[in-house]
Amino acid sequence: MCSLALFPPPLPAGQSTLCESNNELLSGANSSDDRQDSSLLSLYFPRESLKLHSRTESSSKAAFLDHSETLWMRSAAAWRDGGFTGLLNEITTSHAEVPKWLSVTSGCILALLRWVSSFHGSLYPHVTLSSEDLIAEFSQVLNWPDCVVRAFAWHPHADKFAVALLDDSIKIYNPQSAISPTLKHRLQRNVAAVQWKPLCASGLAVACQNCLLVWNVDPCSLSTRPSSGCAQVLSHPGHSPVTSIAWSPSGSLLVSASPLDTAMMVWDVAVESCVPLQRVGGGGVTFLSWSPAGSHILASTPSALFRVWETRMWTCERWPCVKGRCQSGCWSPDGSRLLFAVQGEMVIYALTFSGSPGVPTSMAKGPQTAVVVADLSETTFNSPDGDIIVGGEIQSLSWDPRGERLAVLLKGDPQAANRPAIIAVFKTRANPIFELLPCGFVQGEPGAEPRLMQFHPHFQHGALLTVCWSSGKITHIPFYFLSSGVSHVGLSGSPPKLQPQERPADFANQSLFTELLS
Amino acid sequence: MFSPNTSSWFISKVIWWRAAASIAWSVLLLLPTTAVFITLSKFSFLHPIQTISECLSLLMSASSVFSFILLSGVVIMVGFLILEYFTVIPTIACSKIALLGQLLHPRQVISSLAHCLMGMVVGWCCAVTVGQRYETLGYPGKSSDGQPQMYLNEYHLVFLLAGAFVGFSHSLLGVIHNMNYVCFQTVQQYKYLHFKGSLPLVLKCSTIQAFYSVRNFIIVYFFLGYIPKTWICKTLNLHLDSSVHPLDSISGLVDLSLLYHLWINASFLLFTWYITLLLFRIFVTEVYSFPVQSTFTDDSHLCLPKVLADKQPMISKFLALQDLSLLSKHSPLRRSEVFSLSQPGGHPHNWNTVSKECLALLADLTQRLVAYHETVATNGRAKSLSSGSERKSSSETSVTSGTEDLMSPRPTFLMRTPASVFTRSVAGGPHSPLTAPFTPDLDSPFASPVLRRLTAQVDQCSPWHGSVQSPHIMRRVPKLWSTSTESQVSSSSPPSPASVPSPKQEPAKPSFLGQFLQNRKEQVKMFMAKRVLIMYLFNKLPEASSQALFADSQAHIWALEALSYLVQASFTEDQFGVVQTTLPSILSSMLHLQEAVDRHFKLPHASSKPLRSTNSMEEFTYKTLRFALRATLKTAIYRITTTFGNHLNAVQMSAEHRKRLQQFLEFKE
Repeated sequence: MCSLALFPPPLPAGQSTLCESNNELLSGANSSDDRQDSSLLSLYFPRESLKLHSRTESSSKAAFLDHSETLWMRSAAAWRDGGFTGLLNEITTSHAEVPKWLSVTSGCILALLRWVSSFHGSLYPHVTLSSEDLIAEFSQVLNWPDCVVRAFAWHPHADKFAVALLDDSIKIYNPQSAISPTLKHRLQRNVAAVQWKPLCASGLAVACQNCLLVWNVDPCSLSTRPSSGCAQVLSHPGHSPVTSIAWSPSGSLLVSASPLDTAMMVWDVAVESCVPLQRVGGGGVTFLSWSPAGSHILASTPSALFRVWETRMWTCERWPCVKGRCQSGCWSPDGSRLLFAVQGEMVIYALTFSGSPGVPTSMAKGPQTAVVVADLSETTFNSPDGDIIVGGEIQSLSWDPRGERLAVLLKGDPQAANRPAIIAVFKTRANPIFELLPCGFVQGEPGAEPRLMQFHPHFQHGALLTVCWSSGKITHIPFYFLSSGVSHVGLSGSPPKLQPQERPADFANQSLFTELLS
Repeated sequence: MFSPNTSSWFISKVIWWRAAASIAWSVLLLLPTTAVFITLSKFSFLHPIQTISECLSLLMSASSVFSFILLSGVVIMVGFLILEYFTVIPTIACSKIALLGQLLHPRQVISSLAHCLMGMVVGWCCAVTVGQRYETLGYPGKSSDGQPQMYLNEYHLVFLLAGAFVGFSHSLLGVIHNMNYVCFQTVQQYKYLHFKGSLPLVLKCSTIQAFYSVRNFIIVYFFLGYIPKTWICKTLNLHLDSSVHPLDSISGLVDLSLLYHLWINASFLLFTWYITLLLFRIFVTEVYSFPVQSTFTDDSHLCLPKVLADKQPMISKFLALQDLSLLSKHSPLRRSEVFSLSQPGGHPHNWNTVSKECLALLADLTQRLVAYHETVATNGRAKSLSSGSERKSSSETSVTSGTEDLMSPRPTFLMRTPASVFTRSVAGGPHSPLTAPFTPDLDSPFASPVLRRLTAQVDQCSPWHGSVQSPHIMRRVPKLWSTSTESQVSSSSPPSPASVPSPKQEPAKPSFLGQFLQNRKEQVKMFMAKRVLIMYLFNKLPEASSQALFADSQAHIWALEALSYLVQASFTEDQFGVVQTTLPSILSSMLHLQEAVDRHFKLPHASSKPLRSTNSMEEFTYKTLRFALRATLKTAIYRITTTFGNHLNAVQMSAEHRKRLQQFLEFKE
């Protein structure tokens, strides 16, 4: 069951995907720069325009450290910077100045600590990584350290979005206003994720290296540079770096995850208090996704295990994986179905949760096993320019808010030229039975690979996929279709060329996955 | 069994059982705690095996069984005291003197004494369990002339006193930190998981608190230790052994083993009591599911709408509101009962009662906020006026504080809030006492002549004959007076009695004696105001009035959540349209409240961000409730506007509210 073989072949070089209309993906040459209706919001951040930090702090430390300080001063500094291990290290290295027994003792303790931590590290290899490597490893963004756009978030209700850039600033764009505020904060470093607070005009949560920031950006303010007083700093000892955040759809709670903390934090942002939800096993929490209905949260760990929390009484189900950790996941709009991808495997799994949100998990019988719904193993397409191999491991999944399009970001292979990272889009339908059909590949300009993608939360004419490219461009690819569900109410003005979606006869036998009604 | 019209069925049927369960669990948990305590107190690095065997034999012995029974009694007693004193609305003292009043309240004194006594019992149990030199109060010996004598064992005495001291300070800190306040969790968890999650915190708190308590105790004992020692010796006819170092000396107290044992004892005591408190909080705040409607009329007093409408007891009202907010979020089945019509008649009684109660809560808070704002706003204006002269007139630093404590806001529920002990009697006047210092009392017929004379002669005396109590206000009399006369001149109000004393007011002039007394009183006040201690006591605690204003806001938060979720659900679930009838009033009361809350947060002294909570057993939640309320309110309005969208334009409301709502619809708030 090779799903990608049924896809239409990738575009030839020089072409990029523009939109989906009349049930097919349209492409255009790159020279034609006219986009669709969203051309206002297409942004370009050239790498050269950003002022980057030339050097990280740890690397410059050795160059400037004054070695003429007394032992006490150095010990205090080591305690401040490196904690207990730093202090021991300092005492051990300056053995000429301290009594022999002290340096020997501290050396022994240090060795013991290292042995224990190496044991811990062999259980959970990720604890030995640095903060930046951790974020790069567990981020939903492909090749995060090199990305110009590090995080992106549409506002769930209004037409605006926030973009986190490589220089640790966040910009907010709103097509209705000429002002695009830039958010900067002393603690806002290495942004891994941003998300707008639902049911609120101004709240923006930012996952940073050492803390969480919640900005309050007044939409009516004329300031282009809101002061750092507008941000609430949420931090908890041991809870860093924060790699993933998720707001509850009701806008009241925020959960945050760190790969080095086994507890998942549930924040009441207004009062800045948190409840740690600790579970043993897994070694941390890397990725969070709150179901749109608000009843469940997916929490994946760095080891081959993920949890699905139920949000009424905050209990969880453990889901051990066979091969690797859960890399990404997304929920269907009604929160009944979870699609997820596992590192090291080239398939998409699905879990179905039948319980309605009110029923406790003990009553609602959860699913027993995950079902493979799509196989994305490598497939070779012949093209005039040579063979292109598409497929492989999955970086992230995204499902549009109507549940009709599923975008899958495939990692590809950066070394091989003919195995690019690519976005594969599936058509999905949930009613009456769950089906998965091929739609096509989304490609950008030559040389630009997709890094990050997100669906617009309330696009009227179908679905709108926003893609951030490695070149620093952000483009929007609309998928025009009429929703097959009941929600025709919101479709007031559809574009003129749009026709009701009719599934061609040949697609019926091309269906990739169909749920069997047993 | 229970008569249906008493509202106390809830206390006797639910709260009592919950409290009993929590106490039972804390007694059960006492066993492992005691075992750990014994192991820790007897542990020696050199003989680990021997320690274990000793501990095991000690655990089996009769004396330890007896002390365990005593300890269980203490825990049960503590549990009962918690049950007796707990509250869901914190009492917030607005000044130091009010706090002192709380501490000296007879009820509180009884509790403190009981804690003190129980601490002593625990201290005795610990002394007996640890054994060795601590075991008995007296020991036999020979006096210098060879006669057998009983000597006082000071170690034992120190244990008893330390226990009493820790118990007493626990009770005092409980008042200061509002430890009897039971707060409700935002994240619902099962009891076991909640307990497991809080256990490390309790352990940390109790050890740290024990450290501070022991430190304080040692200081007290060092200075005052001789008093109980000689007293005990006298009453029990014991003698002091002169060959042993007395413990209230430096050499006697620097005894690591003694300090360690004291600390372990205090930690054990606090840990068992904190565990009892924690379990009580967890059990009492557990969600109780009220039936929305019952088939039998006999049970109607058990139903949610009926319980909601009851004013007392507060705990049942709070639990009902919590249940309402949860049902509105999570269970479509119970929501449909709320939206249902009564069987004969077809009236939406359930929805009417629920919405009426929630709206009454919101209206009450709005009214309270508006009243507070009005009094403070006049004050704020005067403040800004006087601040200019203040800079010139040197020396005064804490002038702007203190006036507010005259009118410390009291939630209507809360009858026992000690606002400020001395202001009570006077605050009953028809016009707010707050305005008094800044504008001359026009209503009073004899104020201004006196005033003029006084300002002419003794410029230190206060013009307003006792309408102000807070003495440090007096310190700024001259400046205030000058500003207010200026404002009077500028406003040039015709009936100003200060400028034109009308002749017919003359007969009402007080007698010379009265004036003399008046002057004396003011002089005493002036004298008092110059004392630092008085200043310290009467100074207003920062933010306290704001906290007191929102002390019961958890109820409003639930009411807002319940209303907004029910309205949201009504969009699809309400078959008979019962919600539509109340939608305009819900929206308008929410917008009113939004306006009032916005204005409150714009006041100069209201900080815009919550303080960071430190990790301790005291509940910080009440200090941040106003921020939670603000966020919940905004989210609630957005929840309704996003659900209904442009349909809201068909709802009847005032133009001002429509404008405001439009901003919410456009996501510009």
